[in-house]
Amino acid sequence: MDFREVTNIEYMNQGDFACPGCGAGLSMRHALKVLGDKTLIVMPASCWSIISGVFPTAALQVPLMHVPFATAAAVASGVKNAFRKKGQEDVNVVCWAGDGGTFDIGLQALSGAAERKEDIIYVCYDNEAYMNTGIQRSSATPPGAWTTTTPTGNPLIYEKKDMFNIVVSHNPAYVATATIAYPDDFYQKFEKAKNAKGFRFIHLLSACPPGWRIDSKDSVKTMRLAVESGVFVLMEKEQGKPTKVTYKPDRFVPIKEYLLSQGRYKHLDKDTINKLQIMINEHLASLGLL
Amino acid sequence: MNKDMMLGSEAVALGVKLSRPKVISAYPITPQTHIIEKLSEMVDGGELDASFIRVESELSAISAALGASQAGVRAFTATSSHGLALMHEILHWIAGSRLPVVLVNANRAIGSPWNIWTDQSDSMSQRDLGWMQVYCETAQEALDTVLQAFYVAEKVLLPIMVMIDGFILSHTLEEVIIPSQEQADKFLPPYKPEYFLDVDNPLSFGNAAKGDVFYHLREDMQCSMEASFGVIREAHNRFDEAFGRKYDFVEGYCLDDAEIVFVIAGALTGTIRVAVDKLRDLGIKAGLLKIRYFRPFPADIIKELLKTKEHVIVLNRSVSFGSAGQLTQEVKNALYYEPNKPNIYDYILSLGGKDVFVEDIVNLAKDVGNLKTSKMLWRE
Repeated sequence: MDFREVTNIEYMNQGDFACPGCGAGLSMRHALKVLGDKTLIVMPASCWSIISGVFPTAALQVPLMHVPFATAAAVASGVKNAFRKKGQEDVNVVCWAGDGGTFDIGLQALSGAAERKEDIIYVCYDNEAYMNTGIQRSSATPPGAWTTTTPTGNPLIYEKKDMFNIVVSHNPAYVATATIAYPDDFYQKFEKAKNAKGFRFIHLLSACPPGWRIDSKDSVKTMRLAVESGVFVLMEKEQGKPTKVTYKPDRFVPIKEYLLSQGRYKHLDKDTINKLQIMINEHLASLGLL
Repeated sequence: MNKDMMLGSEAVALGVKLSRPKVISAYPITPQTHIIEKLSEMVDGGELDASFIRVESELSAISAALGASQAGVRAFTATSSHGLALMHEILHWIAGSRLPVVLVNANRAIGSPWNIWTDQSDSMSQRDLGWMQVYCETAQEALDTVLQAFYVAEKVLLPIMVMIDGFILSHTLEEVIIPSQEQADKFLPPYKPEYFLDVDNPLSFGNAAKGDVFYHLREDMQCSMEASFGVIREAHNRFDEAFGRKYDFVEGYCLDDAEIVFVIAGALTGTIRVAVDKLRDLGIKAGLLKIRYFRPFPADIIKELLKTKEHVIVLNRSVSFGSAGQLTQEVKNALYYEPNKPNIYDYILSLGGKDVFVEDIVNLAKDVGNLKTSKMLWRE
């Protein structure tokens, strides 16, 4: 599937509450184009709890259920089992959660649902901090990044949690990383997730202009740089097959370019940037990309 | 009439089966475990056509029930003690979502220190959520109340918590009359919600609501609680017609001419009945008032039954530290405007399963002249 095959139908209304340049808003719009109208969303506390609109407005044209922070995967399990009992197994039950609701407070419910092979699609839009509450560190915040709770930078020993492999260790139907900055790759992965049966997980890198201290117009560019520099690797794992990198730049851009394009890294000195480059290189080497 | 001996837990499981839930989600905790073991057997054995979700925590157990109920099917879960405490946030959310989830709580103390035995601190800590609460005395009552709970919850659109005492009811064999599925189906019609998750009618549930909307949603919950009295009465009447067993918000025993009245909720009522008999043998006019519904609290009924009494000894199995037993607070509240209100004693009877003997209760009534109404009373 590529962009020419994607529907012109919009499942997201105009006038949502996303900030200009929000990666999470853009991601939802395009994900729903692939998932279609036989989809419903289970949404834990996150920026999207607000983006989706304040009563009596609603941003989505598919059913949406807001749920408390730690519970998305468990609620979705209940929803899916109920739909199975109602004879409506073909409905896509999708958790749409931020990094806080996935990496941190929602991890236990996520692990439980993955282990039980619940037939749901779990999407994490990762903007790398608690952005809705005003940019506090999460376990998805990269080393070095400024947040309001890491005012001098996230300690380098706090390596970003490896959600991809944490989910892979449950042997689910499908796991992928993606970003809307690479739309064809994004569409293909949502289509694979939609067509697979069992537990499916997509980790989206999702730029946050206020939190990353970037201009709204640079949102897609910054997500693109994350991939081109090797900070975020586009990959997938189908059950029974090895992990596959779905996009590899001809030559990785130095991480410095990615970091210094964002205000959240502007305090970093040369030595720290070098250390971060070494960490990225080690990660890329472990994937056989360097 | 089909009868059998069974544990209180098994009676609950049977009541659940007869109610035909579509999704059951649960996490094991003593003393609730027999309920979910029995339900697992029923589901795996094909006796009960439901999904049983074996979740990884009570937080997820109640969350899965929330999801299933929002999807428009009948949902059930059971827990105890720490498990109920862990569910707290979602219990709020379910009530606010106006979903008729039914939860059975096998009453147990909450630590620290660890204690697996019964008291009512766990459920009393959840009294202000918008969940209805019923306390059961016998295995038969537990079975019957589960059936009634689905009926009431689905009409009122608020969830219900049904309490059975850990061990002294959950793990005790009693004779139970087993209703037939036909009878149960006649009493409890299939669940047909008006609003639920539906891809053909996409709606958003739980969208952020500002104060002016939020305030009135909460007011509406209170209105529904007030209106629930009529629904509960209707459920009791229909139940009597279908099964020939009578239930009410409260139950009196030797109450009419009683001068000293014990107020109690739960399975310990049985012990107090025996104590009342002994006191009557001694010529002391004792009686008891068993509280079945704690939410909604039947204050008007209780006021009428107690306003002319001399002494009311409220037997609490939970404490609101720094205040009084929760049951005492409610009884005092009910009698506040009565000009000649009885002496009301705030007695903390048994916590963490501390034994209660008939003699303790008999002596309490004999000694009523020396009891103080001004302070919380604890046993020696």
